[in-house]
Amino acid sequence: MRIVNHPILTFPKQDMVTFTLNGQTIEGIAGEPIAAALHAADVKVLRHSHGRHRPRGLFCAIGNCSSCLMTVDKIPNVRVCIEPLRAGMVVETQEGKGKIV
Amino acid sequence: MITTEILIIGAGPAGLMAAIHAAEAGAKVLLVERADRLGGQLIKQTHKFFGSKAEFAGERGMDIAEKLINLSSDISGITIWKNAVVLGIYPDGVVTISHEGAFCTVSPKKIIIATGASEKTMAFPNNDLPGIYGAGAVQTLMNVHGVIPAKRILMIGAGNIGVIVAYQLLQAGVEVAGIVEAAPQVGGYRVHAAKLQRHGVPIYTSHSIQSAHGDSCLEGVTICRLDEQWQPIEGSEQYIAVDGLCLAVGLSPLTELLWQANCEMKFAAELGGYVPLRDANMKTTHENIYVAGDVSGVEEASAAMVEGKLAGLYVASVLGHKKDSFTKEFQTAKSQLSALRSGPASVKICTGLSKVVLEEVG
Repeated sequence: MRIVNHPILTFPKQDMVTFTLNGQTIEGIAGEPIAAALHAADVKVLRHSHGRHRPRGLFCAIGNCSSCLMTVDKIPNVRVCIEPLRAGMVVETQEGKGKIV
Repeated sequence: MITTEILIIGAGPAGLMAAIHAAEAGAKVLLVERADRLGGQLIKQTHKFFGSKAEFAGERGMDIAEKLINLSSDISGITIWKNAVVLGIYPDGVVTISHEGAFCTVSPKKIIIATGASEKTMAFPNNDLPGIYGAGAVQTLMNVHGVIPAKRILMIGAGNIGVIVAYQLLQAGVEVAGIVEAAPQVGGYRVHAAKLQRHGVPIYTSHSIQSAHGDSCLEGVTICRLDEQWQPIEGSEQYIAVDGLCLAVGLSPLTELLWQANCEMKFAAELGGYVPLRDANMKTTHENIYVAGDVSGVEEASAAMVEGKLAGLYVASVLGHKKDSFTKEFQTAKSQLSALRSGPASVKICTGLSKVVLEEVG
């Protein structure tokens, strides 16, 4: 969900772009972190851990903790909390360590 | 190879202040920041700061960030690199950096490390469920990106970050189910805690989290009461249905580069973990490495800014850039720091500092 009214901050309406998550089309703001766009669309499970396949989501939001690794445009282990969203990105929930090529 | 007089790593409150004051004194500064924007965590602080006028008291953190960013961009002696991750500090003094994806080598005369801190987590069953966030992450999502991470959130920790972020959640329209604090009293500023109580947010002191519940995402949390020895009291468990949990349980200094450069480190729980030994001028046991801000011990951003100023002024002076007003400005900054650390809330910080600030280093 996006904040509409806030007593201190203003979030001007911005142009939306589309990208896909596991093949499904989602809208987000170009330049915002992919994780922000996903949270705005209520998507919280970003990957499954490699040992016990546990769901993992966002934790630190500053590129530090590696909880939010996803596969973006076929590249695994992208920290989506700091990776800016671009139109047409192909984002996938990452399973384990992800596949390189 | 790029040469510079002072390399400053991290452009948060400490790094920005260090850069501004070193460059104003006449030093050539390269300021590198791993994120794609400057300001560090100041940019998400929508609350007004305490302290005195000299530390921008009464202004919102995000407005202070804007001021410092504008100042740093206006001074010709500062070169700014964003998207610049420092990879290593080598024994010959060369620093390797990935800048906008390109590999660069930099040879600075002096380095100021101002890398900040990262959030701690907490051990409890299911603490890895999506929907469990560091409090700073929630602040970033809502205050920088305008996105609400959950509908109903429980906060763990009633220190400054806990009470401030809980109030900011209310401002963003999120329901705050309560604040859980293991200590018998609220640790954060009373003014923030009082605002929450006026909004009817329960503060569960002498309570802790027992476990989180949920299938693919967080659905609820069990909390319990603690006895005087901080042990869970059997039968005191209560379930709270939430889709978000915020952990405001402290920060750890981001000291990797200091370890790598062989700076002598010491554990000080009061400062968040391992921090570098240093003297009162922020010099570490490494001849050319100085520190400022949370990397040298977790405190408020106000203290980080003054430490940045101190380090910036001092390092510039060591390199021969000494303004006429140096002694006065330097002493003023030192008194500012003492004043910031004089309250009852700072006793812990001072205990920590007494373990790591030496008369002489190296």
